[in-house]
Amino acid sequence: MGRKLLLEHANVPGIETFEVYRRNGGYRSVEKALKTMSPQNVVEEVQASGLRGRGGAGFPTGMKWSFLAKPEGVPRYLLCNADESEPGTFKDRYLMEKIPHLLIEGMITSSYALGCNQSYIYIRGEYMWVLEIVEKAIAEAYANGFLGKNILGSGYDLDLAICPGGGAYICGEETALIESLEGKRGNPRIKPPFPAVKGLWGCPTVVNNVESIAAVVPIVNDGGAEYAKIGIGKSTGTKLISACGNLVKPGVYEIELGLSVEEFIYSDEWCGGIANGKKIKACVPGGSSVPILPANLITKTAEGTDRLMTYESLAEGGFASGSMLGSGGFIVFDEDQCIVRNTWNFARFYAHESCGQCSPCREGTGWMEKVLRRLEYGQGHMHDIDLLAEINKKIEGNTICPLGDAAAWPVAAAIRHFREEFEWHVTHPDEAVKRNFGIASSHMPLV
Amino acid sequence: MVKVIIDDIEVEVEPGTTILNAARMIGGDVVPPAMCYYSKLQGSGGKCRTCLVEVAAGSAADPRPMPKLVASCSTPVMDGMIVKNKTSERVYDNRAAVTEFLLINHPLDCPICDQAGECHLQDLGFEHGKEGTRYEEKRRTFDPIDIGDKIKLHMNRCILCYRCVYVANQLTDKRVHGVMHRGDHAEISTYIEQAIDNDFSGNVIDVCPVGALTDKTFRFKSRVWFLKPMEASCECTKCAGKAVVWMFGDEIYRVTGRKDRYGEIEDIDGKTAWICNECRFDKKDKSMWNIAGPRVINRHSVISQNQYLVDERIESKKLTGK
Repeated sequence: MGRKLLLEHANVPGIETFEVYRRNGGYRSVEKALKTMSPQNVVEEVQASGLRGRGGAGFPTGMKWSFLAKPEGVPRYLLCNADESEPGTFKDRYLMEKIPHLLIEGMITSSYALGCNQSYIYIRGEYMWVLEIVEKAIAEAYANGFLGKNILGSGYDLDLAICPGGGAYICGEETALIESLEGKRGNPRIKPPFPAVKGLWGCPTVVNNVESIAAVVPIVNDGGAEYAKIGIGKSTGTKLISACGNLVKPGVYEIELGLSVEEFIYSDEWCGGIANGKKIKACVPGGSSVPILPANLITKTAEGTDRLMTYESLAEGGFASGSMLGSGGFIVFDEDQCIVRNTWNFARFYAHESCGQCSPCREGTGWMEKVLRRLEYGQGHMHDIDLLAEINKKIEGNTICPLGDAAAWPVAAAIRHFREEFEWHVTHPDEAVKRNFGIASSHMPLV
Repeated sequence: MVKVIIDDIEVEVEPGTTILNAARMIGGDVVPPAMCYYSKLQGSGGKCRTCLVEVAAGSAADPRPMPKLVASCSTPVMDGMIVKNKTSERVYDNRAAVTEFLLINHPLDCPICDQAGECHLQDLGFEHGKEGTRYEEKRRTFDPIDIGDKIKLHMNRCILCYRCVYVANQLTDKRVHGVMHRGDHAEISTYIEQAIDNDFSGNVIDVCPVGALTDKTFRFKSRVWFLKPMEASCECTKCAGKAVVWMFGDEIYRVTGRKDRYGEIEDIDGKTAWICNECRFDKKDKSMWNIAGPRVINRHSVISQNQYLVDERIESKKLTGK
């Protein structure tokens, strides 16, 4: 069993209350940071840890923090991005639901490091019950003097507020999140200026994922160097993986980065193999927006080396034969699943969630969804497959925010690796409609 | 001043100028098309992606090329930047793709559209569009609705450039006009189909690059290229009263603001000459205007046909102020 830094105490009864959390070593990092460290020290520890943003892009958190502009007399803001809406990703929900004080502790320590006196947790609207849990935890932290004025007598003030979103995936994009938090329509802003210079209400802002902020707690407690010892190369520390799909034991796992993919899928300690004794067909290793991998490229890279759960190893081979660790939404498909239907389902999601601001994404995602729907229901033509490949090439990279890329990559990868299945849908339209594919059937159309 | 090279032409501009505005200083076909950017409206731009250009060298200090195409309307120039617009095949390829995206849900009802002849989408389609369509699905459709008694909204034709939203935001005091829904089902609408009740609401018609917002006092009256534009002014308490009246014989068919070659309302005496609704909709009699003379229309569009010829040298002087 690997080391657990975030979920170590997640199953202690009553851990969501302040007393139990404190008894299990909670809020040590706040004490340590506020009493013995300067804000700059904390930033240096995070830089030394090599922590990479856990929201999906994997941008080094310490570097992001160092970019924050610090003009005199202007407030700075730390926003926690809890708008976890990527299909297949549910790690932040688990963390906030089980151990909400860890997030609050991380928020206090990180806000101190960045010199913020007002921080926000932006949580997605669908997580209303999680919001209540976190809100209760914030009230407890206020009551115990870890939030508010003059925390622990250090003279540092911090107010933490929680803001629910309206349920839009796009509000997980940092500038759309800022717009939404300001009370506007959640449209991504045009960058530059970046939030580190001009973010919330025109002030310098840092937006971090829930898991990144929680990871600051063990980094401050044990030191960045200690954290950096876990993992391989530039992928340091532990990562929450939300495994789902046709697995024996789906769920949220905390792994040390560098675990082999084979072990993660087949070992009884982790997912326990493919359910019902079936074979694996494909895997989406990092949430719906990353490229899908066919069976032969999941546990081995194209060169034949073992694939590991790291940012680098999963990306090995580029888009031709690799994927991305992304946000850690690990979706596994068994041999009976239909890739076309799955790709359509993803496309449907992105078409629904595109904000409609820039033309390639607005029109392109809707177009892809319609073509994929036709293919799935046996009304496609051979040229539709090339058309899809062409459309997503024109969306990718031409949009304001990464949603366009996120919508294009899964379609591109599915066609690249499973082209014969798309062709089968064209040549066997009746069977495509009638066939049985696991849980869903054509009698239960996904409309 | 910073130096930037666009399509092998060097130009010196103020720091902070966008690539698009630098290209406009050069003029001609170096200028990328812009469907959503409107220099007179703060915050506009970046949305339509037709103005994407290739940056072959970021700056003199960091000469690496930018990996993605950038929106020229919202990217500031750096000293020593090398930009490729018409010299880049990649730009043309992607611009054609954006044009296709803009057209897949567009009804292409130009023969009955009042904007035809001065439509930016028409120009874009002419230059970058393909013959035929690859779109086999049903197009998104809406019923035309009235926004007040003077403005008609044809959502089918809209390309969601957000210009009218910025007008509603920046020129009118109470905003009831915006975008509803998301993705390809997004639509421009007013709050429960309310009228935009403001003296300057008619400017949404002038900024609309397509025929989505049209003047109900002019609908189906005439094709724009049959009309003679005349520079005219009047005494108006609400606006500067500097407008263009579009005449057929002695009759005024419509009144618009004075637009430059990019379809933007001109600055007169340092202020953007937006016109008020009274000038636009109600002053349709020749006696209400002092008509100065024929208006030069210099747009790369059908509307420029049969117009007075323009001396390019004078025009470029006007633009650069030199």
